[in-house]
Amino acid sequence: MALVGNPNCGKTTLFNQLTGSSQSVGNWPGVTVERKEGMVRGEAVTVVDLPGIYSLSPYTDEEIVARDFILNQRPDVIVNIVDVTNLERNLYLTTQLFLLGRPIVVALNMMDVLEKKGEHIGCKVLQEKLGVPIAPISASKGLGIRRLMDCVHRVAGTGSPNKLEIFTGPVQTALESIERSISSNCAKGDIPPSFAAVKLLEGDPPMERTLGLRRDQLSRIHHWSEEVKTQWGMDCEMAVADQRYRMLCSLCRQVITKRPVVGIPLSERIDRVVTNPYLAFPLFLLVMFAVFGITFGPVGSWMQDTAASWIGAFTKQVQVLLGQWGASSWSIGLLCDGILAGIGSVVSFFPQILLLFFLLSLLEDSGYMARAAFIMDGPLRKIGLTGRAFVPMLMGFGCTVPAALSTRTLDNARDRRTVLWILPFLSCSARMPVYLLFASAFFQRGRVLLIFFLYFLGLLVAILSALLLKKTVKDEQESPFMMEMPPYHLPTLRGIGIHLWDKIKDFAVRAGTILLGATVIIWFLKSFTPALSFTNDSSQSILATIGGILAPFLAPLGFGDWRSAVALLTGLMAKESVVGTLGVLYGATGGSGNSLLLALRSAYTPLSALSFLVFVLLYLPCVAAFSAMTREMRSLKWTLAAAIYQLGMAWTVSFAVYQTGMLLGLG
Amino acid sequence: MQAEEEEDTTVEKTLDRLRIGQQGVVTHIGGEGVLHRRMADMGITPGARVMMRRAAPWGDPIQINIRGYELTLRKAEAKNIRVAVEATWPRKRR
Repeated sequence: MALVGNPNCGKTTLFNQLTGSSQSVGNWPGVTVERKEGMVRGEAVTVVDLPGIYSLSPYTDEEIVARDFILNQRPDVIVNIVDVTNLERNLYLTTQLFLLGRPIVVALNMMDVLEKKGEHIGCKVLQEKLGVPIAPISASKGLGIRRLMDCVHRVAGTGSPNKLEIFTGPVQTALESIERSISSNCAKGDIPPSFAAVKLLEGDPPMERTLGLRRDQLSRIHHWSEEVKTQWGMDCEMAVADQRYRMLCSLCRQVITKRPVVGIPLSERIDRVVTNPYLAFPLFLLVMFAVFGITFGPVGSWMQDTAASWIGAFTKQVQVLLGQWGASSWSIGLLCDGILAGIGSVVSFFPQILLLFFLLSLLEDSGYMARAAFIMDGPLRKIGLTGRAFVPMLMGFGCTVPAALSTRTLDNARDRRTVLWILPFLSCSARMPVYLLFASAFFQRGRVLLIFFLYFLGLLVAILSALLLKKTVKDEQESPFMMEMPPYHLPTLRGIGIHLWDKIKDFAVRAGTILLGATVIIWFLKSFTPALSFTNDSSQSILATIGGILAPFLAPLGFGDWRSAVALLTGLMAKESVVGTLGVLYGATGGSGNSLLLALRSAYTPLSALSFLVFVLLYLPCVAAFSAMTREMRSLKWTLAAAIYQLGMAWTVSFAVYQTGMLLGLG
Repeated sequence: MQAEEEEDTTVEKTLDRLRIGQQGVVTHIGGEGVLHRRMADMGITPGARVMMRRAAPWGDPIQINIRGYELTLRKAEAKNIRVAVEATWPRKRR
């Protein structure tokens, strides 16, 4: 069975109730829309959770996915979840689903909320009028599910629902004529003619293509739509919608008994504070600081330190064990210095990322994110982004990987690309150790200012890059911002829990493959000489040779030595590695002792240190982030362009910083 | 004593120009392509009751109440929607 309904109608909650943990999350092929499937607990019924949609128009990926699934895969039953607190608009989709020719059960969700409001809905009347089983449920409380499944079983195998009396007058005439005209095409394509007729009248290029309409058929449809326009006074899209809503309006009036509204609803009262013209932005900053404070402040860093120390201890044990077993030194090296160290540094980050996800999911489920997008849309539009883009951008200051993944919530491909394009410039927290190291060596007194400057520079470059993209790439239409503002509600931990589990799985796979590969490669490059003999001295390794080749390119930036180049290369694996590598290369391992600081002071000048930090800020992100971005960009061309752009930007700005400084005599 | 007159001034404005708290009835929807369809799907059809709820801190986007739920949209999008503003204020008794 397929679950269909508006966004925010409680579909996911119902899906979780039905399937428990047996669900699997993937992607619909070719689009970045999530696909969720599972088995109903205790039954041999598969459930597919189709994306939340408002209608079956052929414009957004979600709508196309849902439509194609129902037409092509033919689910046995469609369960249409309707939010009763918003009946009219939810039933709009229902009227379209009726035309698809599959058995339908309408589940009225949020009955508990309705009761609390003191309103009442006449289920029997509704059932009569619609002609299909109606199952009142409360997904969040788990009520009525049994009865819903009974309806589903009852209805499976029966034919399509009876036609609803929606269209009258010129629209009806037009539809009947169109239906007659395309009947053979529909029979061939096995598409319900009434559905096709309505879509064609509204205007539906994909449907025209699917049916393979001839030119005379197309012109006839066009003729009828012109007729409707003249006679009804509005274009066909509007006319069809208008007739549907008229019918629904009168239906709802007959079916719902409202109570006169007493006082202002809670959500509205909260919104008066949250979206208050003066309080909104400060409150927003407060919330964001809270999220970041928890994740990267004391709690988060405690988590990371604990994780790091566990991994360190584990690595030590392995090292000891392997030594006892007499393993060869290179294999110990591979396992401990290479794999465990490399993956370890990223894995120790992971609990914090989960914490960040958890907090942001909490905000999303409660409804706050919609308000935040509403507040931030104004300024973000000026740089070519959309209000919703602030979530990935904010996360980018923590870690680029989850930020890239969260761009999926943006439905416009262009918005997604723009955010992914600028994401790496937002200084992720892994770069902090590098900043701090050089700050200790050169900028003790101006430390805070330095770090602030770097973050600001990153943001500036990001904004300029967004503007650049906006001005140069004039392709797809902007997608409409129209967004429902759902009422606030308490998030359920269960739903978030399932979400988190998926993120963990995703990360594990990513770490297991790409990260592992990169770690091994880098370890190999730094442990073997060009003559392919194992060495513990990195300065003889292949990596050093590569560093030597790249060094001249970095010379105009003030740090044209092989050690800098090598450090930057290892930074591609994980940004914190830059610190570790410098330590190793200057022979100053064992904590951030003074020896490293001294070594740095002799190798760099304050100006070249600054320029180095700028380069670290702007050049390519770590492998994990890069792979996440590649996947979300969905286009090799764009990913390569982004990589080249980032390198170019890093080099240019670094160059500007260094050379300007030299000119000013600061070198 | 003069009967209390209800000044029933129906002015037509575009949705982006509604003041906070003003209500009206949609008369015409412009726009094209995806936007036009999206508006129809979301219930912005001729005859629908709409109320201007608030504007975002920077003035854009705006939040309206339509068909009983809250919808946010940009002013540029709202400009396409013409609304017959219902301003019924009872005139003060002389």
